[in-house]
Amino acid sequence: MSVKELIRFDNFSFRYNSRDAKILENINLSIKSNEITVLAGPTGCGKSTLLRAIVGLIPNMYEGEYTGDVTVDGIKIRDAEIKEIAKRVGFVFQNPENQIFMFSVERDIAFGLENLGLEQEIIKKRINKIMRTLNITHLAEKAPHELSDGQKQRTALAGVLAMEPKILILDEPTSLLDPKTAAEFMELINSLCREKGMSIIIVEHRLDLVLKYADKLIVLSEGKIISDDTPENVFNYKKDIIPELSVPFSTKLYRKLAKNNMKFTKAVTGVEDMIREVMK
Amino acid sequence: MIKFNNVSYNHPDGTNALNNINLDIPEKSITAIVGNNGAGKTTLVKHINGLLKPSTGTVSIKNEDTRKSSVAELSRNVGMVFQNANHQLFADTVKNEILFGLNNFGFNEEFVKERYEFVIELFKLRKYESISPLKLSGGEKKRVCLASVLAWNPEILILDEPTVGQDELQKTVLLKFINQLHSNKKTVIVISHDIEFLWRLQPNIVTMSEGKIIEIGNSESIFKNQKLMERVGIIPPQIIKIFEGLGIKDKIPLSFEESCTIIKNLRN
Repeated sequence: MSVKELIRFDNFSFRYNSRDAKILENINLSIKSNEITVLAGPTGCGKSTLLRAIVGLIPNMYEGEYTGDVTVDGIKIRDAEIKEIAKRVGFVFQNPENQIFMFSVERDIAFGLENLGLEQEIIKKRINKIMRTLNITHLAEKAPHELSDGQKQRTALAGVLAMEPKILILDEPTSLLDPKTAAEFMELINSLCREKGMSIIIVEHRLDLVLKYADKLIVLSEGKIISDDTPENVFNYKKDIIPELSVPFSTKLYRKLAKNNMKFTKAVTGVEDMIREVMK
Repeated sequence: MIKFNNVSYNHPDGTNALNNINLDIPEKSITAIVGNNGAGKTTLVKHINGLLKPSTGTVSIKNEDTRKSSVAELSRNVGMVFQNANHQLFADTVKNEILFGLNNFGFNEEFVKERYEFVIELFKLRKYESISPLKLSGGEKKRVCLASVLAWNPEILILDEPTVGQDELQKTVLLKFINQLHSNKKTVIVISHDIEFLWRLQPNIVTMSEGKIIEIGNSESIFKNQKLMERVGIIPPQIIKIFEGLGIKDKIPLSFEESCTIIKNLRN
């Protein structure tokens, strides 16, 4: 699968009209297809603003001082129509209840597709396909209030994926899910990314749940990017990390032991790595 | 302190949410309630502050049947921080949000001032005092909710998913604060999917599934019970997975330092 740059920030800064200080300052980054990027950082560091800038909510819905450029799949967000962006970028909110509003799962998935102005036949095909992929075909007729949190999350995801975006953004997608359902959800996201060559950005505090799927970890702090690398490189014991980051327990152990001269072949970012390294 | 006696609860549409719950939460304890989505955790705790009354059975707080008290009377003793901050926040500024409960309970001016200053510092909210809470980020909103409830110093505190959206420093503040409440003889009940956080807290754990209590025990005994975890939709904390993977099953170290020492010795 050929790899393509799908998101690009060039010297991007933004200040909300309601605040005095810039929320993001001089952001430069590049995100490619077939790649899962985890975005982390302290509360209020600018993560949500960065996502809004990708989906065009900034500058379309939030007013402020916008400098530099954000380019998504070749189009400049500042000049783009929301409809053009929506074809390319899907956004699943933290709370799926903010996203599901039609009277059945099937109607909810259809909503976005109808807005794109697609033909009824194509819409039907896409709905059936995505419901099969996400294993929610049996829920087609259910109303949102009849769904469990896990099912709501899948329905919100289905509505977004049916539009076949190249880019998928997930804002704390597992925060309402029990750990087992969360792990299943992440497996699903990972296989979608690899099958379709999508570019997926996940905002998540619980790094222990998502790190094993991440190609890249971007850390934001006070509106600036302080790390942008593979998780192994970000967590290498020679590098400093900010105390706000919820470092997985296995990584914390590795960093402490490596600093005390224990030899590791590579930085540890998960349980399996740790067991393998100690057993060597 | 908190007693559930053969409690069942049916939603208005007839679906059963709690099924014959018997539970005794002692005074001055820290209890966590864990279980899969839809297990009935939130429904259970809503019975403690009287938001819900049992369909059958009784719930009593300090030997007082909740059916005989109003939610207003109960909330003086039982503070609850909801999972979704947007359901809780309503005032025009962070300051007024926090002051609302304090003023509503009719505390004297000095107490109100003292508690206000305490929570605004503790949760690092000073710079947002005159901003609308709805303009804050998700994690910041959660801190405002926590501050508002902790301000009036209730005897029983219920926290529904308190770590969602919180970074590591905030989680540590929360952890310290829960422990501090505990040493101040408060009763704390936490609903959480954040297993790593619960491991650091080491509460008594009540596991639930399909409206029933499955098992109650200390953190280690619950998290080491693979079959139980599977049933209630939980994954063990990394520390247990690592040490079990290394063949150390009987004694899981409690502290980080101890974990380092054991691994170092294994290597040598």
